[in-house]
Amino acid sequence: MIIVYIESTNGHLKKSSLEVMTYSKKMATQMATEVAAICLTPCDASLVGEYGISKLYQASDARFEHFDSKAFTKAIAEIFTNNGGKVLVLPFNQNGKALAPRLSVRLNAGLVNGANALANTSNGFVISKNVFSGKAVANYQIHTDVKIVSLASNSIPAEKNPTSCEVIPSATSLSDTDFSTKYIKSELVSGDIPLSEADLVVSAGRGLKGPENWGMIEECAKILGAATACSRAVADVHWRPHHEHVGQTGLAISPNLYIAVGISGAIQHLAGVSSSKTIVVINTDPEAPFFKAADYGIVGDAFEVMPKFNEALRKLKA
Amino acid sequence: MNILVCVSKVPDTTAKIAFKDNNTKFASEGVTYILNPTDEWYALVRALELKEAAGAGKVTVINVGGAENDQYLRKALAIGADDAVLIESAVDLEPFYVAKEIANYAKVNCYDVVVTGKETIDYNSFSVGGMIAEFMDCAFISQVSKWDMNGNLATINREVEGGEEVMEVSTPFVLSAQKGMAEQRLPNMKGIMMAKTKPLAKIAAAGGDPLVTIVKFDEPKPKSAVKLFSVDDVESLVKALNEEAKVI
Repeated sequence: MIIVYIESTNGHLKKSSLEVMTYSKKMATQMATEVAAICLTPCDASLVGEYGISKLYQASDARFEHFDSKAFTKAIAEIFTNNGGKVLVLPFNQNGKALAPRLSVRLNAGLVNGANALANTSNGFVISKNVFSGKAVANYQIHTDVKIVSLASNSIPAEKNPTSCEVIPSATSLSDTDFSTKYIKSELVSGDIPLSEADLVVSAGRGLKGPENWGMIEECAKILGAATACSRAVADVHWRPHHEHVGQTGLAISPNLYIAVGISGAIQHLAGVSSSKTIVVINTDPEAPFFKAADYGIVGDAFEVMPKFNEALRKLKA
Repeated sequence: MNILVCVSKVPDTTAKIAFKDNNTKFASEGVTYILNPTDEWYALVRALELKEAAGAGKVTVINVGGAENDQYLRKALAIGADDAVLIESAVDLEPFYVAKEIANYAKVNCYDVVVTGKETIDYNSFSVGGMIAEFMDCAFISQVSKWDMNGNLATINREVEGGEEVMEVSTPFVLSAQKGMAEQRLPNMKGIMMAKTKPLAKIAAAGGDPLVTIVKFDEPKPKSAVKLFSVDDVESLVKALNEEAKVI
């Protein structure tokens, strides 16, 4: 039995949850087994069924309103074990990154954190993930009977495969002392698309000369429905907030489209974005290393190119 | 308050990544190693700042690895840590056993907080911090960009999709540090001299049966050559993104 951990916010399943359900269903088909989901917050069971999941273990406990890695680990491990789970799949998102390692210890199960493809089960259970910040791929064999896989976002597109889904209300034996943190508040950047979940990303660097010139980047993002990002140099001088920094010491992302404006493409930056499906580079320097990693490019001044690019995008979207 | 900071040794960010023995092992020959950036820049520096602000307590740096790793611990001592512990293992241990060694050490020696960087830039597994917390059966807060202490109560900002979440947690706890938490400190000459005489304990690692092993490394898929468009032909780029790449 494969069990997939999914998450909702305000009743809506996250995009990463749709991806892990798709992934788990494909894995279940490959291994000729069933797949069930665990959700600790209220979610739409019919949508879970649409992604091929036949059982939903649905907790109903107000204490799960705010994330707590210790309590969530205990709850997931309990439901997983009580229902004969063999493979546990989680999203490699902010919560998943905290949960998967804890669950590995709790269940004494080998973990591949940040898998980028389905497992090869022809000889054992081997699964690949990016290492050295995208400069290589490592194939991990999991030796333990129980296995844990967390899936990097945008590794596979969400795909429906409808079945009927039975909802199984699931209580857990958690006591209040299992909850180890006290939630105070959220500071969300309103209106923005979370960078880690974005399909399209428009990013800029020092070539923009100053924070006051980001209007054309934000405009481009708005036309495309993209998230904005930046290079380390720009985050370090506070032209843009830290959470927009992508690269080896920032966030690693793999969107369908990454547009880099005025970023030279230092190896540390490339490490965080090189697994993007399509890369567009706009830079004045034809020798900029980023062009070697790009699919499409324009050698030119961002201040000249971006207004034209935005105009052409607007025409396309009209 | 006593803080245990976990530091890893990783290939320099500009190191050439290559493999040997039929692509089963990392080719470490000629590679320059550094302290893992998020461990050094954020976890260690913030721990030092909090100790300095409190005017009490100590900051210990810990590493699980080969005997030669003492030089990287000395660098952390030069930046300002009070003492260091090297849990020696001749073989590379996987995150599970690294975490087990560190958790045991932290429990036995009653550390209030254990800090790691959010990930190491070699295997990017984001694993050791969470595993330590589960071995210690305490709170774990991942990807922390802000950390303040008031007595034994911490206020912490954690990165979530689309922003940050603020929370409180009491010691003992484990956290993983990321950008925003502190600014890099460079060791000065006095620090480097003092580091030579600071205590550095060595303990043998226990290890265990592997849960996961790397069977083979692959190079990432090579990119085909870039297609260039002229500044006056931006419309063709948009057309290519729409019709050829099908991404917009």
